[in-house]
Amino acid sequence: MRRLLPFAALGLACVAAALLLLPYYLTILTYIGLAAIVSLGLVLLTGQGGLSSFGQAAYVGLGAYLSAVISTSLHWPPLATLPVVLLVSIVSSYVGAVITVGLSGHYLSLATIAFGLSAYFLFGGLPFAGGQTGLSDLPRLSVAGFEFRTPQASFILVWCILIVAMVVLSNLLDSRVGRAIRALKDGATMAESMGIDTRGSKLQIFVVACVLASLSGWLYAHFQRFVNPSPFSLAQGIEYLFMAVVGGAASLWGALVGAGLVTFLKQWLQGFLPSLIGSGGNFETAVFGIIIIVMFQLAPDGLIPAVRRLTGRAGIRPRAVADAPPLSTRPRAPRGEVVLSVRQARKSFGGLVANRDVSLDLRAGEILALIGPNGAGKSTFFNLVSGTLDADEGHFEFKGSSIRGLGSRAISRLGLNRTFQHVRLLPDMSVLENVAIGAHRRGKAGLFSALLRLDRTEEALLLAQAKHEVERIGLGDQLWTEAGALALGQQRALEIARALAADPQVLLLDEPAAGLRHGEKQQLAALLRKLRDEGIAILLVEHDMDFVMRLADRVVVMQFGTKIAEGQPEEVQKDPHVLEAYLGAAQ
Amino acid sequence: MNSFVASYLIQEGITNGAIYCLLAVAILLVFSVTRIIFIPQGEFVSYAALTYAALREGKLPGTVGFTLALVSVMVGARLLRGIAEGNLRHSLLEALKSALLPLLVAVVVFASAPYVLPAAVDALLAIALVTANGPLIYAIVYQPLAKSSTLVLLIVSMALHLVLVEFGLFFFGPGGARTEPLLDLSFSIGSLPVPAQSLAIYLAAAVLILGLFLFSERTLYGKALRAAAINPLGARLMGVSSTMAGSVAFAASAFIGAVCGVLVSSVTTIYYDTGFVLGLKGFVAAVIGGFVSYPLAALGALAVGLMESFSAFYASQYKETIVFTLIIPVLLWRSMRRRGTPEEDH
Repeated sequence: MRRLLPFAALGLACVAAALLLLPYYLTILTYIGLAAIVSLGLVLLTGQGGLSSFGQAAYVGLGAYLSAVISTSLHWPPLATLPVVLLVSIVSSYVGAVITVGLSGHYLSLATIAFGLSAYFLFGGLPFAGGQTGLSDLPRLSVAGFEFRTPQASFILVWCILIVAMVVLSNLLDSRVGRAIRALKDGATMAESMGIDTRGSKLQIFVVACVLASLSGWLYAHFQRFVNPSPFSLAQGIEYLFMAVVGGAASLWGALVGAGLVTFLKQWLQGFLPSLIGSGGNFETAVFGIIIIVMFQLAPDGLIPAVRRLTGRAGIRPRAVADAPPLSTRPRAPRGEVVLSVRQARKSFGGLVANRDVSLDLRAGEILALIGPNGAGKSTFFNLVSGTLDADEGHFEFKGSSIRGLGSRAISRLGLNRTFQHVRLLPDMSVLENVAIGAHRRGKAGLFSALLRLDRTEEALLLAQAKHEVERIGLGDQLWTEAGALALGQQRALEIARALAADPQVLLLDEPAAGLRHGEKQQLAALLRKLRDEGIAILLVEHDMDFVMRLADRVVVMQFGTKIAEGQPEEVQKDPHVLEAYLGAAQ
Repeated sequence: MNSFVASYLIQEGITNGAIYCLLAVAILLVFSVTRIIFIPQGEFVSYAALTYAALREGKLPGTVGFTLALVSVMVGARLLRGIAEGNLRHSLLEALKSALLPLLVAVVVFASAPYVLPAAVDALLAIALVTANGPLIYAIVYQPLAKSSTLVLLIVSMALHLVLVEFGLFFFGPGGARTEPLLDLSFSIGSLPVPAQSLAIYLAAAVLILGLFLFSERTLYGKALRAAAINPLGARLMGVSSTMAGSVAFAASAFIGAVCGVLVSSVTTIYYDTGFVLGLKGFVAAVIGGFVSYPLAALGALAVGLMESFSAFYASQYKETIVFTLIIPVLLWRSMRRRGTPEEDH
């Protein structure tokens, strides 16, 4: 409940404002609320999901125009148009998202710019939408006979919707689905390897953001009682994005701060600049643009993080994690049974053959180390097994069924879970939640149960499991530390905990000991031995010979993309091919 | 539609396409050197056209004031940074060095504005003045953001676009400008008249595209500029200054924009905000070229020009919607071809 206190305080502040403030200020606050609803969606989309949309104003326009046209031509009351607006915005944003979320990086931004432009010209061009003049005399919103006529009523309505949206989105972010969304920012590779459907997550946040935008548009149309194309232009789309970024796109409160700041600033500039420059132009746009540029030069992450840094209030507030029974695990293969079998794996990049007919077997309850000089093709092989890369040829079988071409998400869901050579944690997220991402596959709760917080039982199980894994690697006292604040050795251990949270049958570890101190290596070795004894199969790519030779049950040596030796550590160390590969040819 | 209308539409489409093509090339150049998606490319077009028109009428163009404003902001910002970093003298020297050329051009334009000069001289003066603004804008806006993500640079570009349009209104006023063509000749192909100005546009487009293509693919200097974009640190270690590369790219982009502005001002009336839509269409073409290929972007620009002139004929009110929607299938096709690399992010 403590989580809801700030929202309750905001609600009380709104009631006080409605009672105390002059209508003029209430109207400005209503506009701030409308803008904040839109930029809230952008905080989710851009700040959390890493997708940036310049086209949100078009969805605001969609909501406004749709309701305006229906309520003026068919004489429907505004409340009746709301389901239509929501339905159309869900369908259209879903279709738009299906088309565009496949686009990566700035291609998506460009598509949304183009979309925003074409929508703007469309609003002005449609004959039944009144052209550039727009539509006027729209009906006021009324619910059960109560008409939202006064500034107080409109203000309370808009801010109630805003607060509900904030609560619902904060529910979302604090859930299994929310962690999947936050994992998007790091790129698809890590998230997919944790069994997250990144495309699905992107579709979800796109639709949620667009629904919020068109909801704001619907409110706007019946509050303003007049629509024309100009508030839905590309410039407005940029402004929404700026609102989300200026406050600090990592926080839902950033949307509110951004919307408030931008709206007040523009109001103030509109009143102040003409007296300064003394001409009728709208220089607030120019000054506003200059402020955007200067702000990015001075505080690239936005204002909230900058203020937090200054006041030293960074960090995540710890919460209690209730104990819960462990999640059910899959039956493990008996020790000694072959779980992973690779035959004739081949992969080339252009003319370079990175893997040439590599074959190996991995048994339950053994540690198999894959070693070789730099450029031997170890990481490529690793990526082929984990599905991050597609093999050109070869057979890959997990417990007797083929996994070739399934992709990293499906492979990780089967129980082959990996770590990354270059640590890929979410640095701003807590240790506990980072590990909980690994347990993604073991939960089921979807978007709606997350939004409405119906997922608490399952969430408690997931977090308890994650906590157990964190304690297992010895970081039990740092559950709520930001993962980025850990030492490198601890981050590597965290990668392993995250893989363990997925209940692995096969653990794929890419250079887990790199950069670790001696003591840390010994702890890591002890942990891996323990996991082996539990019946997990471990495939290890590693450079540290000492570490490998003490730990591994069997060793496979690669050079120039081919396997040159395989066997017990002692055998391999005496193998003439291996000696030649590492030390050069004996004269 | 009869064949005369069709061939007229084609000719108009190609002329517009050539302009978009030049702008696309400038956008590509800036992107490939600095990773900046330079949305305000079209503003250089408006600025140059309005400057040229003012010079033709013997009036002082607002660009002189604009350049002086940029120079003083640049010097001021450099000095502040110099004080903050404790090397005031060095910063002062650097600032004066960057200020020298723009000031010189501004003074020449200021001095010659009242006189009636040949059109070609006015055109050169307008182009020189606008070109001088390119590196100034880079130094003020983008250089401090050199380490930022493409997204931040994109938002900043959008903001800069807003600023430049409003400044355009302030320095040039709301009126439009249309000039006499530099070459007042006309040829005809069959029954279709082809103005010499259109030919000049085609020629300028062809020469600039070929030149840039050869420059970036075949010369060491061009390769150095591209290296600065791909790996700034690596390029710096090899002695390529990414700041210098950015300055050069912005000078080139302003130059190309200015050439477009002077050429296009006799074809259509240019207002302070006309450039934006022109630039965006160049931008659509650049996207078709995947932000890497000059020849593909040129083809894309022609496609945009033709699409525009035909949709203006059939469905004029949806003209812009059609052109800007075109970008989405192209982006899809582009991103589909990029599948299959493991580190596809960012």
